[in-house]
Amino acid sequence: MSVTRETVAKIASLARIRMGEDELDRMVPELNSILDWVEQLGEVDVSGVEPMTAVIPQQLRLRDDVVDADPLTGGGVRDKVLANAPAAEHGFFGVPKVIE
Amino acid sequence: MSSYRIQGATGEWEVVIGLEVHAQVTSNAKLFSGASTAFGAEPNSQVSLVDAAMPGMLPVPNRECIRQAVRTGMAIEAQINKWSRFDRKNYFYADLPQGYQISQLYHPLVGEGRLLIEADEKAGIPEDKVIGIERIHVEQDAGKLMHDQHPSMSYVDLNRSGVALMEIVSRPDMRSPAEAGAYVRKLRAILRYVGSCDGNMEEGSMRADVNVSVRRPGEELGTRTETKNVNSVRFVMQAIEHEARRQVELIEDGGTVVQETRLFDPGTGTTRSMRSKEDAHDYRYFPDPDLLPLELDDAFLDECRESLPELPDAKRTRYIEELGLSAYNAQVLTAEVETARWFEALLLETATAQGKTPADVAKQASNWLISEFFGALNKIGKELADSPVGHARAAELLALVGKGTISGSIAKQVLETMLETGDSATAIVEREGLKQESDSGAIEAAVDKVLADNADKVEQYKGGKEALFGFFVGQTMKAMQGKANPQVVNEVLRAKLA
Amino acid sequence: MSEITELGVKAIRDGVAGGEFTAREVAEAFNANVAAAAEALNAFIVATPDKAMEAAEKVDADRAAGKPLGKMAGVPIGMKDLFATQGVQTTAASHILEGFVPEYESTVSQKLWDAGAGMLGKLNLDQFAMGSSNETSYFGNVASPWRRSGGDNAVLAPGGSSGGSSAAVAARLCPAATGTDTGGSIRQPAAFTGITGIKPTYGRCSRWGVVAFASSLDQAGPMARSVEDCAIMLEAMAGFDPKDSTSLDLPVPEWSASLDADLKGKKVGIPREYRMEGTDEEILQSWDQGIAWLKDAGADVVDITLPHTKYALPAYYIIAPAEASSNLARYDGVRYGLRELPEGANLQEMYAATRAAGFGDEVKRRILIGTYVLSAGFYDAYYTQAQKVRALIARDFEKAWAECDVILAPTTPTAAFALGDKVDDPLAMYLNDVFSVPASLAGLPAMSVPAGLNSDGLPLGLQVIGKAFDEQGVLNAGLAIEQRAGFTAKPEKWW
Ligand SMILES: [Mg+2]
Ligand SMILES: [Zn+2]
Repeated sequence: MSVTRETVAKIASLARIRMGEDELDRMVPELNSILDWVEQLGEVDVSGVEPMTAVIPQQLRLRDDVVDADPLTGGGVRDKVLANAPAAEHGFFGVPKVIE
Repeated sequence: MSSYRIQGATGEWEVVIGLEVHAQVTSNAKLFSGASTAFGAEPNSQVSLVDAAMPGMLPVPNRECIRQAVRTGMAIEAQINKWSRFDRKNYFYADLPQGYQISQLYHPLVGEGRLLIEADEKAGIPEDKVIGIERIHVEQDAGKLMHDQHPSMSYVDLNRSGVALMEIVSRPDMRSPAEAGAYVRKLRAILRYVGSCDGNMEEGSMRADVNVSVRRPGEELGTRTETKNVNSVRFVMQAIEHEARRQVELIEDGGTVVQETRLFDPGTGTTRSMRSKEDAHDYRYFPDPDLLPLELDDAFLDECRESLPELPDAKRTRYIEELGLSAYNAQVLTAEVETARWFEALLLETATAQGKTPADVAKQASNWLISEFFGALNKIGKELADSPVGHARAAELLALVGKGTISGSIAKQVLETMLETGDSATAIVEREGLKQESDSGAIEAAVDKVLADNADKVEQYKGGKEALFGFFVGQTMKAMQGKANPQVVNEVLRAKLA
Repeated sequence: MSEITELGVKAIRDGVAGGEFTAREVAEAFNANVAAAAEALNAFIVATPDKAMEAAEKVDADRAAGKPLGKMAGVPIGMKDLFATQGVQTTAASHILEGFVPEYESTVSQKLWDAGAGMLGKLNLDQFAMGSSNETSYFGNVASPWRRSGGDNAVLAPGGSSGGSSAAVAARLCPAATGTDTGGSIRQPAAFTGITGIKPTYGRCSRWGVVAFASSLDQAGPMARSVEDCAIMLEAMAGFDPKDSTSLDLPVPEWSASLDADLKGKKVGIPREYRMEGTDEEILQSWDQGIAWLKDAGADVVDITLPHTKYALPAYYIIAPAEASSNLARYDGVRYGLRELPEGANLQEMYAATRAAGFGDEVKRRILIGTYVLSAGFYDAYYTQAQKVRALIARDFEKAWAECDVILAPTTPTAAFALGDKVDDPLAMYLNDVFSVPASLAGLPAMSVPAGLNSDGLPLGLQVIGKAFDEQGVLNAGLAIEQRAGFTAKPEKWW
């Protein structure tokens, strides 16, 4: 399978990366050479093999339902959350107006 | 079967409805972070670094959210999957800080279940119907966008971002707005019984994505649209009606329905295409590599099962079979968990106060609750939850009636005073001298006077106009200011008129 | 004082503890080296001399007060700029995070500071750790301190993605540095620069606060100039973290105290599939040399087979970009980092403009690959297939452990190449990780140890791969090599 310029443009749009014509032209053969190469995986007989779900066999731990138990993962840190925002307004993050 | 049909210009159309209900899981902290879930806080004050998707932040799941979803699954008799996984649903939006929602697509926590909606002639549901539930999965809520604060900007508040939701996905088993309404109401009741969601639709704790398609009766399914985030039962029904009509008109005019996301406008009761979610989505779901598979053991499932309360269907059956309530009363009293709890407390206290078994007093208590108490509360604009009269006080009032201390009609009057003043029934009866007279001597005297004063009517009665008996009872009661024991009055009158 | 900067982690720590020199003197010496090399090597994105001094003074004060000192007390280190450091710009070497100053500290860096280490600065790397030569950094490439003998003055790649770390440690700008390894990003740069680095078992080091590249593969580890120094530093970095769901809930072994180069009774597996075409002859010779050294250390050498080795790299180049395409979705110009807002742009256009301006070419390439392989209709053919192959690769190792305790292999197929050599050929660049990626896919501990110099006078590394949780076995085999290789070469100072 090889990707067309149109597909690359679609993928770029899906990934929200604006791409000029030149960049698309460059990207198409690059992606195709990578995709051609990874497609050798198709040769592998994987019948009866489950896709890997956990690299190291272990169980998902669950945490207790306690608010702000660890300050690093708790709330009440608005200043920290907004500290690096390009547009922090009245305690909100500002973004270009969205029309729903 | 529902016979709900849309009459189009070219004939009848059947509506096919499936609902995806998002229910906020009752928990203190968010699904993957320790930030609070409390409603109504200052913007972005309940946001952790994890919820804001700062670089390097990682999710750790909250046990309580998993537990509540499992309990909910058990309440709809669903398959609980001991092995499930979280997947990422990738898309870009300002209310979605990670650029993906952690959800469950491939291996949801809860599988196939069912929910019973009861027959409701008036609403157009001729018989009980089972609605299939395909799955319940656990996922993160998004943040909130505000559009009215600034001329050129929308504001993002992430307080809700990361709050745990259960997405409860029905089968396309509903065929009318009424069935959909009944389904949402029943589901809400079950969630509240279980305690896994407060069901508060105004605060957004429960909202439905409404999938609607139309077809000629018996034909293949049509193309469906999904109307997002409809937040009341009434709106769900309106959205379906409008959307079904719109589709019928569109098809009859030679158009085709496009599979799309729509928005409900509560102001007009109509739906419209959602511009912001217009472009065809490719969510690129894949297992979240930050989270291992979720494996539940038997001990966890046992605890979930054991902690489930009696659920509305079982309770209704028990009320009918063990307490001897009418189907109607049983239905009314079990529809909401608060009502059932209130009723059961009242029943217990009434039985205790009268030295009887609950079954002995169930009819009295249920009739009084439904016909007297609800009416009185309604008059003063209150709900059971904020009733100034609690079940203990109500039981005391019922005991006064049961023991014959006051009559039913006096009890009405006493209840009104109780609601007004908050005083106990006993105190009011005492203070206002409302105790019922059962002494036959006093009653005989009153009866004698009534019969003497109305000799002509006695004549007519004896001449065969038996309907006058009620007149004599009324006059006697009036003479005794309503405090005479009606049974004794009856007995005395019958004897004297014989 | 110049010889202080020749000392490693243990020597510095013990020297400070024993009063041979103060932590302050150590910090000053390394701060000076960092400053002197800033332009020529470009190993640091940000130098933090004050942080290093502050930590050193605390250690000196603690020592004076008779307080107990930590495992890394008085040791100034370089921190790969993938670890969030509170109050210090953290960029992942990307324009999209330029100016981002975290309000939090990564678990691993915090543990190091708690152990008494100080921070010399934030080390340069391939952008979002995607690269094998450090040429994808927005902040310019790092120059390897090494040069080929014979007068060729080509600037060489320090390896990647932890290229700032490898260059800084090799050039004596710091005695040790943190690295992260997703498909070889600790081991390959270590091999290129004649230093030692270990990627522990997946889950040993918390990923909390480390800018994510590919979550199921990312693992932090130490880079230093000896096996023992790596062991000490890994002890300080590792440990259970409840904030990371994939963190291993296991005690941290005393790796350094248990080091033992006697391999009697141990079996070393030599995977036949690693004898690949295209591998440099001198690399193969050094591998043979390594086999001889391990035999000398008492080990039995056995041939093993890892039949799916060939497919590791293509599987990796599906899985890692897929995870990355999702992990990097958060860089959208809303909450932190770069925002590009062209006149009249709407929200989605802002995203596209921000990400176009903020990400470098290689990052974009991988995001596109990742987006493609996850997209509707392709998911099973690419991603599911890759995860199945990954399971087979892990199974290969499982089977191998029935026959051996550790595996010996080259770290890289060639010695360091010149900057610019492979930058236009992504596939050629990817092939650099052919020997390191299989252990990453299986989550296994693996380390690179310098084995000697090639005929160009450039370092070559040998790789030891171990069973899950058996960092000790890896370190012990590494030590046996280290002792026999007697690697003392260092780059001649030209900067
Ligand atoms: Mg939906
Ligand atoms: Zn959902």
